[in-house]
Amino acid sequence: MTPLPTEKPPIFLSITGTDRQIAGLATAAIGLSLLDAAIPTPLPGVKPGLANIVTLLVLARYGWGTAAWVTGLRVFAVSLLLGQFLTPGFFLSIAGAICSLFILALGQYLPRRWFGMVSWSLLAAFAHIGGQLVLARLWLIPHDGLYHMIPIFSLTALISGTLNGLIASHLQASLDLHVTSPSEATPAS
Amino acid sequence: MRWLQGIQPGDIGLFSLAILAVLMAFQIFWQTDGMGEWAVVRQNGTLFAELDLHKKQLIHVSGPLGETQIEIGGGRARVASDPGPRQYCVKQGWLSRNGEIAICAPNQVSLQIRGRQKAYDSLAY
Repeated sequence: MTPLPTEKPPIFLSITGTDRQIAGLATAAIGLSLLDAAIPTPLPGVKPGLANIVTLLVLARYGWGTAAWVTGLRVFAVSLLLGQFLTPGFFLSIAGAICSLFILALGQYLPRRWFGMVSWSLLAAFAHIGGQLVLARLWLIPHDGLYHMIPIFSLTALISGTLNGLIASHLQASLDLHVTSPSEATPAS
Repeated sequence: MRWLQGIQPGDIGLFSLAILAVLMAFQIFWQTDGMGEWAVVRQNGTLFAELDLHKKQLIHVSGPLGETQIEIGGGRARVASDPGPRQYCVKQGWLSRNGEIAICAPNQVSLQIRGRQKAYDSLAY
């Protein structure tokens, strides 16, 4: 029997408060993504994208870095849970996520007085399908016939982007009421 | 409306822009592309005539069984009459979309619709 190697000190990963926070938020996003996957859709690519509600709220409350972490973890974890890791669907998710995070990186600097969550959501939704279409055209379906799907995908982006934005903005307003003290909670507008 | 509380003017602007973009997408990718522009008539496999779908006319093509009549006009075309025994190409009726084809095999005449771009007659995924 070989003795257990006790000489090496055990490795500890220190978990910071931010880690816990990101993990918790990512869990919420993963839950919504799974709900998304459970909804039957007529076409691949046509789905509500409910997890983006979490991304939007995180972006508004904790900043872009946290939002990117939450989104990245969500894409990886959901692909593992659904058995899609490294499948075309996974790469499409990644492409969509990267493009929408990129546009949100710019969109977060839009003046908040004029542009709310619905703007972010619409920008992200259109960037998402844009990224997916580019990847699909370059790699998965290298044929111009794919362009016939653009109207359907953009209509999906319009509807889901608007609805997710409205939900996120509603949640943001109610979170503000709960989190901040009544004296701080000034009505928006 | 409680749901519309957080809406800013820019949101409405961007939303309108998005609607416009979607409508344009439908216009660009669905309306123009699928419609045919030309009727391509073949006799015994060789090109007999290429005709504008919007010019009203009736053409006669002769084959081994007799004469096939093709009617064109109003952006569509059909085989109006054919001497073939089963009349498949006549029963197909009006053709208007890019890539559609009616084949009168016994009389060796075919009518195909062509758009601005050549369409595939079948796609496999």
